[in-house]
Amino acid sequence: MSVATDQARVVDGVKAEQWTRIYRRMVMIREFEEQVNELYTRALMPGLAHLYIGEEAVAVGICEALRRTDYITSTHRGHGHCLAKGASPDRMFAELLGKEAGYCRGKGGSMHIADPATGNLGANAIVGGSAGIATGAALSSKRLGTGQVTVCFFGEGALGQGVLYEVMNLAALGKLPVIYVCENNLYNEYTHYSETTAGDMLARGAAFGVHAESVDGQDVRTVYGTAQRLVGRARKGEGPAFLVCNTYRYMGHHVGDINREYYRSKQEEQEWKAKRDPIKNFAEWMIAQKVADTAALEEMHKEVRAEMKAAVEFAIAAPYPKPEEAEQGVYA
Amino acid sequence: MPEVAVRELTFAQAVREALAEEMRRDPRVCIFGEDVAEAGTPFKVLSGLVEEFGRERVLDTPISEAGFTGMGVGAAMTGLRPVVDIMFGDFLTLTMDQLVNQAAKVHYMSGGNWKVPMVLRTTLGATRRSAAQHSQSLHAWLSHVPGLKVAMPSTPYDAKGLLKTAIRDDNPVVFFEDKMMYKLKGPVPEEDYTIPFGVAEVKREGQDITIVATSSMVQVALGAAEMLEKVGLSAEVIDPRTTWPLDEKTLAESAKKTSRAIVVDEGYGRYGVTGEIASVIAEGAFYSLDAPVKRMGAMHVPIPFSPPLEDMTVPTEQMVFEAARAMCGKG
Ligand SMILES: Cc1ncc(C[n+]2csc(CCOP(=O)(O)OP(=O)(O)O)c2C)c(N)n1
Ligand SMILES: [Mg+2]
Repeated sequence: MSVATDQARVVDGVKAEQWTRIYRRMVMIREFEEQVNELYTRALMPGLAHLYIGEEAVAVGICEALRRTDYITSTHRGHGHCLAKGASPDRMFAELLGKEAGYCRGKGGSMHIADPATGNLGANAIVGGSAGIATGAALSSKRLGTGQVTVCFFGEGALGQGVLYEVMNLAALGKLPVIYVCENNLYNEYTHYSETTAGDMLARGAAFGVHAESVDGQDVRTVYGTAQRLVGRARKGEGPAFLVCNTYRYMGHHVGDINREYYRSKQEEQEWKAKRDPIKNFAEWMIAQKVADTAALEEMHKEVRAEMKAAVEFAIAAPYPKPEEAEQGVYA
Repeated sequence: MPEVAVRELTFAQAVREALAEEMRRDPRVCIFGEDVAEAGTPFKVLSGLVEEFGRERVLDTPISEAGFTGMGVGAAMTGLRPVVDIMFGDFLTLTMDQLVNQAAKVHYMSGGNWKVPMVLRTTLGATRRSAAQHSQSLHAWLSHVPGLKVAMPSTPYDAKGLLKTAIRDDNPVVFFEDKMMYKLKGPVPEEDYTIPFGVAEVKREGQDITIVATSSMVQVALGAAEMLEKVGLSAEVIDPRTTWPLDEKTLAESAKKTSRAIVVDEGYGRYGVTGEIASVIAEGAFYSLDAPVKRMGAMHVPIPFSPPLEDMTVPTEQMVFEAARAMCGKG
């Protein structure tokens, strides 16, 4: 990649090359998701997928603060988390198409990508379904003294699930190294969160003595800075945290959710896209800080798009699993 | 009298019509669930109800299955007749304490002092490419529990009639809808009618073999019966319509007549509905049977996402046809 600016320069405490990498990750997620949408509209993808477009700064900002060996758990809207943690797009696309080369041998699909090599304990199609798993992973790290931190990603809809409060209590009691990251994109499917969520969100963590705060989830620098601090606390044994990231999904709840006006206005969507786009705003900051120039960023977009297209081609050409695969792996 | 053409509705429309008619008839009937109001559920089964009945009676809930199912139990005990909506049958796992330890036991444990006139509607069925947490058919779990009734309509006609019976029943009823069947069309009378629980329906008469099938598998059994007819075999297809109460008599009588039986159900075979029905037939028709009763259910795996694998996990017309033909000695 051609980057005209000095990449070793430190801006805002971070090397330019790292800001560039953060940017590239966000672009990668967006381009990946554009391809998923394309696969759906061309009827090449079985089933549905929940796109992460608009929320890229959350996954990237958080995972940038993690080590490769740290754990994450993810959700039905999980492609961004997987990519941010380091999964490769070709095997992800292969999974989305149900191919043998996919991360789960085609058996999991879009909502169940798991990858031990990058600490990804798995995406989960049950809302709140991974809260227990994340907390258990944090318990292991503490007992085994590995120094790993676990991030449990979930949407604000999961605040409706009682299990979340059971595990927050457990995590606080055990001072476990787990961070509950709530991606508040304003909607539980087709219902605004204000109709499903009473009282003060942060108070729900605070009630258990879990450190709680919220950030602008559209600003990758703030998300990253906050994540670094919370991950640092957790790693030092200072206990769990609850972080609400305020964000927005640009597309439908899933790829088939096209007519959305009965639950949110086009104007609302336009405003978020125009004023609070995480990629655009970060690009402007990078250019202003001379971390990158417009030409270099445009070039990067092109490269990433070409990479995603190649990954899709790989997945389309890849074979399906053999029939015997259906009965394999039920037990370890 | 001129013949009136019978109106056709989809399965989803029949469910909606039953709900709308019951809500008009009885102001105590109300609906709770996720995205049931303006969204009309992700399957669009409830579209239009909130417009007619308002948000008090068609209540959008948080994603709190255990909480709002429990609320359904309490509301049912104290004067409402809730119809709780659990989008995917897979999420029943989250409601289990409320259904199994609470709803099912309240009447008995209270010496008959309290009743739970609640319906819990949910879905079953694979092949929608939704992977292991959105494809299960868990009706056997609930059929196992004394105090619950379990209905499994297989046609739009049955959906309307059985749902009305469920809503009017003074006991907790779990009502399973095959999500792949929502667009299936069939005749549904406009008038009010109910279908009694515990009464099987012979969907097709035959002499050589009995195929007992539930819900999603009834259409499969009927398809297999047509294939069998082409090779000179006459299959009787029976739909129990409720797995509890179970019409043991009709099942056994049919097997006595045909001397062979296959049971097809989309749940898992192990400790499942097929096993229960097979033993009812074995006990009731033992001296007339020419072969052990055969069970066909979902393959014993979490439902895989990959289409070619997923398609192998559910019994098909071809599989039922081949099994039946082999049992009749024409394999
Ligand atoms: C326990 C459970 N209930 C319901 C669903 C159906 N469902 C899938 S996604 C979703 C909304 C989730 O909203 P949120 O947690 O805010 O995540 P978002 O989709 O906004 O990222 C629902 C209700 C589910 N998958 N699991
Ligand atoms: Mg949300």
